[in-house]
Amino acid sequence: MTTTEYLGKPTSRVDGPAKVTGEAKYAAEFNVPNLAYGYIVSSGVTRGTIKSINAAEVEKIPGVLKVLTHENAPKTASLDRSHRDQLASTHGSPFRPLYQAELQHSLQPVALVVAETFEAARYAASLVQVEYEIAPHETDLHGSRAKAHPPKDSRTGYVPPPKKPRGTPEEAFEKAPFKVEAEYYQPAEHHNPMENFASTCVYGEDGKLTIYQKTQGVQNCQEYICSVFGLSKDEVQVISPFMGGGFGAGLRPTHELYLSVLAATALKRSVRVSMTRQQMFSFSHRPETIQDFKLAATPDGLLDSVTHTAIQESSRYEEFLETVVNWSGLVYTCPNVRLDHQLVYLDLASPADMRAPGAVTGLYGFECAIDELAYQAKLDPLAFRLKNYSEKDQNLDKLYSSKELREAYRQASEKFGWDQRPLDPRSTRRGSDLIGWGMATGCWEAMQGKAAAKAVLTPDGKLVVSSATSDIGTGTYTVMTMIAAEFSGVPIENVSFELGDSSMVYSPVEGGSWTVSSVGSAVKTVCEELKARLFKLAGKMDGAPLGDAKVEDVTFDQGEMRVTKNPVRNVTYAEALQANGLDKLELDTTELPQLVKQMTHGVYSHSAVFVEVAVDEDLGTIHVTRVVSAIAGGRILNPKTARSQIMGAIVWGISMALEEESMLDHQFGRFMNHNYAEYHVPVNADIHDIEVIFVPEHDDVVNPLGAKGLGEIGIVGVAAAVTNAVWHATGKRVRSLPVTLDKLL
Amino acid sequence: MHPFTYTRATDTDTALKGLSGGPAAKLLGGGTNLIDLMKMGVETPSRLVDITRLDLAKVEELPDGKGVRIGALVRNSDLAEHPLIVERYPVLSQALLAGASPQLRNMATTGGNLLQRTRCYYFYDPAFTQCNKRVPGSGCGAVGGYNRIHAILGQSEACIATHPSDMCVAMAALDAVVRVQGPKGEREIPFAEFHRLPGEHPEHETNLQPDEIITAVDLPAAPWAKTSHYLKVRDRASYAFALVSVAAALEVVDGKIKTARVALGGVAHKPWRSKEAEETLVGEQPGEAIFKTAAGAALKHAKGYKYNEFKIELAKRSVVRALTNVTAA
Ligand SMILES: Cc1cc2nc3c(=O)[nH]c(=O)nc-3n(C[C@H](O)[C@H](O)[C@H](O)COP(=O)(O)OP(=O)(O)OC[C@H]3O[C@@H](n4cnc5c(N)ncnc54)[C@H](O)[C@@H]3O)c2cc1C
Ligand code: SF4
Repeated sequence: MTTTEYLGKPTSRVDGPAKVTGEAKYAAEFNVPNLAYGYIVSSGVTRGTIKSINAAEVEKIPGVLKVLTHENAPKTASLDRSHRDQLASTHGSPFRPLYQAELQHSLQPVALVVAETFEAARYAASLVQVEYEIAPHETDLHGSRAKAHPPKDSRTGYVPPPKKPRGTPEEAFEKAPFKVEAEYYQPAEHHNPMENFASTCVYGEDGKLTIYQKTQGVQNCQEYICSVFGLSKDEVQVISPFMGGGFGAGLRPTHELYLSVLAATALKRSVRVSMTRQQMFSFSHRPETIQDFKLAATPDGLLDSVTHTAIQESSRYEEFLETVVNWSGLVYTCPNVRLDHQLVYLDLASPADMRAPGAVTGLYGFECAIDELAYQAKLDPLAFRLKNYSEKDQNLDKLYSSKELREAYRQASEKFGWDQRPLDPRSTRRGSDLIGWGMATGCWEAMQGKAAAKAVLTPDGKLVVSSATSDIGTGTYTVMTMIAAEFSGVPIENVSFELGDSSMVYSPVEGGSWTVSSVGSAVKTVCEELKARLFKLAGKMDGAPLGDAKVEDVTFDQGEMRVTKNPVRNVTYAEALQANGLDKLELDTTELPQLVKQMTHGVYSHSAVFVEVAVDEDLGTIHVTRVVSAIAGGRILNPKTARSQIMGAIVWGISMALEEESMLDHQFGRFMNHNYAEYHVPVNADIHDIEVIFVPEHDDVVNPLGAKGLGEIGIVGVAAAVTNAVWHATGKRVRSLPVTLDKLL
Repeated sequence: MHPFTYTRATDTDTALKGLSGGPAAKLLGGGTNLIDLMKMGVETPSRLVDITRLDLAKVEELPDGKGVRIGALVRNSDLAEHPLIVERYPVLSQALLAGASPQLRNMATTGGNLLQRTRCYYFYDPAFTQCNKRVPGSGCGAVGGYNRIHAILGQSEACIATHPSDMCVAMAALDAVVRVQGPKGEREIPFAEFHRLPGEHPEHETNLQPDEIITAVDLPAAPWAKTSHYLKVRDRASYAFALVSVAAALEVVDGKIKTARVALGGVAHKPWRSKEAEETLVGEQPGEAIFKTAAGAALKHAKGYKYNEFKIELAKRSVVRALTNVTAA
């Protein structure tokens, strides 16, 4: 039995001091002697072919070492298969930098200038002239909508909608008294993490590569580089101790990784390549999506028909797939449902997973359309949702492993004061502002993947646990340290957790809110095994300090084993190691998901979001004055970082609702607002009261920790709740994001 | 970034000398706009003359109650908080504080703010091949492109960019005078004549000559400016350029408007002073009806494009709101 109980207690980040003192190093901060610098030249053209590049001329500029282009870049693996990382679609042709004369999208890398200094590389890059033969492109989703078609490919994490409709959605729609038929739109958005992507590829004397890389998956990068460059795993080590935000942008290998390795191997010299802010718009984004809804309810307000079609952009060279529509078939009970997901290929870089991929999009549209339907039926939006509460996942016909959404609705609505809400819009004023209240439901799948953890205990009583995961700012270091302390009985100050090195034991990429679930479970198991081994070691000691106690009679606590009922019989972990002549105790385990249990359940986290907005009636400016979000996300391991996660996600949800949009000029096929001045995210003045509630939820299906993961759930539903509140304030249904003031005039 | 030499001027004369070698020289103020543009490859000076050590960072009262002189190197944040400005010209203080972020305002100078360039996306990113302002004669990408932030007043077919400054809108309303010094000595440029409309030559943005330096901005005495207000309407609560902004001042005597000032930002290639609105207001009793008439007069000749049509209505409402706020204050 363990009594330390770190879990569930608010714990500050163990890496906090390193971050605020600058001791924490990021990919572009690892300096080595004789480092060369690569600067990416990006295409100004969307489609066409490169006719010529004045590379030879630019190479004459003092300080320039090499100008790599598709013409002179060393060849890498020829097969597409070799370029597919863990998250690539199964049959796509992933983008390869400097591979061919043909252009695939604007801002794609067309040359890499490598020079002795960053400044020389940047200057020389400005002199690279590329002559193009321009070909027509298509970047307009609306204009190309007629070309939408079902996806052909598949991808890890993508769940296609059920093939057949449930019941008879069309008939039910026809005969229903309350109906909504609406189209919702969400623009492309970019991840925009604060830290730009960077790669420092250190070329060892033996030709081995040590790569300091901004990534959410060191082993994914390692495998990719090995496969693309024909190297073995012992020749490539990828290291990423810290990350200034990922949000999904770092799940797949990025251009600068490929390019730093290309340059380092070509020049046999260490090379760093980092992206500019503008180039951060060159490789991944949340896809632009059009959604069509047909919803209907019976006279007494029961949801009776759902048709949800999503038309989403994908690149032409590989299908990007995320689960958009399925949520509409499971968040409420409905007998008649048709779900459809379609793609339009455009001449843009492949979209990528971005915080709560798919769910945030699908539930934005769906939860707005549900709000419309509730109003048709003259029901309060919360009452409507409760009436149609789903007790099982109807898509899969499975019961939920746990679902405390009802409690989340209750607690959040009470805190918010929802029962005071007038049913009709335009009912409340405050000065020149119209006040509106809106709400929405969020849902996210709680997943667990295979992961491993390694534990090393030394005679000084210190425990180091490691796994090749990453901390993208979420608090992984902290929560893993807590889990290790909790289950090893080593006091937390003697525990450290290490991550972000491809030579560590296996971990999947950090994403999808599954790191605590996957890696955390492995940490728990390895620490429990550690205790079992320590107990055995104690048994081999002279004088049998624990007597004939069985393992279940022993308390593991404060780095000590003691017989629970007779505490004078005790031995420290350190003594157990020393007595057995061990200079360390080392073990690792691989934890597999609890597949059988999970296969028979629908496993989801949920949220209930309530929002107040104030809209200036004349000017259309919107302020989100209050948010209350209650989360049913399983066991909360670290309430402090958990709250931060949800707060950040809510801020991002407000951002999505009111501000974010990657604007495309279709004449040029290019994103235009590719900087922080013009790509808007909220500033402090945009954010007011945010309250986060965690409702207790017990779940022993999701994983041995009972934690569902909190990275995504906080953002899902927020944009819908804001949009619904804007309607309630103004009476105007804005069906496209972001809800900017011009749409309200 | 193109290579450039850097020199630090010690006084106005050395600064002028630094400028004299031709158009490849640029003065460096706070650098918050110039350096950005250099990184983007839009500006490519080969000589930078740093003027931040010049003795031009004072705000002082002019003799005989003639007003206030603002040195060209007074930082935006210092100016915004200066007691003379806060007390006598609240509209200017408010405009400054509505601009950019505290960090930028700490760097930005009065002279640099006057000369900051448009935020038109097509201007800022040289990959866009059409921009008459960046490459004269190349066309205008914005006219048929994404023009949500562009002009509705005074634009030409050659360019529909806006001047992005907040500070300048207030200065336009205050009848400021820009003091400049060149090889031939000092001269004064009334604010209305400082910035130009785009016409056929959007690359010429002001009537400042390339070999001249701004030394100060004078604000004439304006008792009516005590009741003034700056309204900025934008896509987020702070740190965003204006979609539309209004600097307004009203002096009401015996229930009638004696003096009126209305200037708009975010709508034109220059800070847009609306004499039409002012004439409509003078002599009338302040109130919503006349404010609306004035707003209509200000926007009478406005023309919108595909994505910025909304600015016309928004500008009208903003004028009404700004005037209402002035009367309420
Ligand atoms: C992200 C961002 C957001 C912003 N938001 C806003 C906003 O909301 N509202 C707003 O009004 N502004 C905003 N700004 C613009 C900011 O106000 C300007 O960049 C600033 O005022 C420029 O001043 P500076 O001293 O840094 O100019 P610099 O960049 O140093 O110079 C600008 C130009 O002026 C010339 N120059 C400078 N001083 C003199 C002089 N004395 N005589 C002659 N020429 C001179 C320079 O040669 C250069 O051409 C924003 C800027 C950024 C980067
Ligand atoms: S509006 Fe002016 S600055 Fe913008 S593209 Fe046209 S010419 Fe260039």
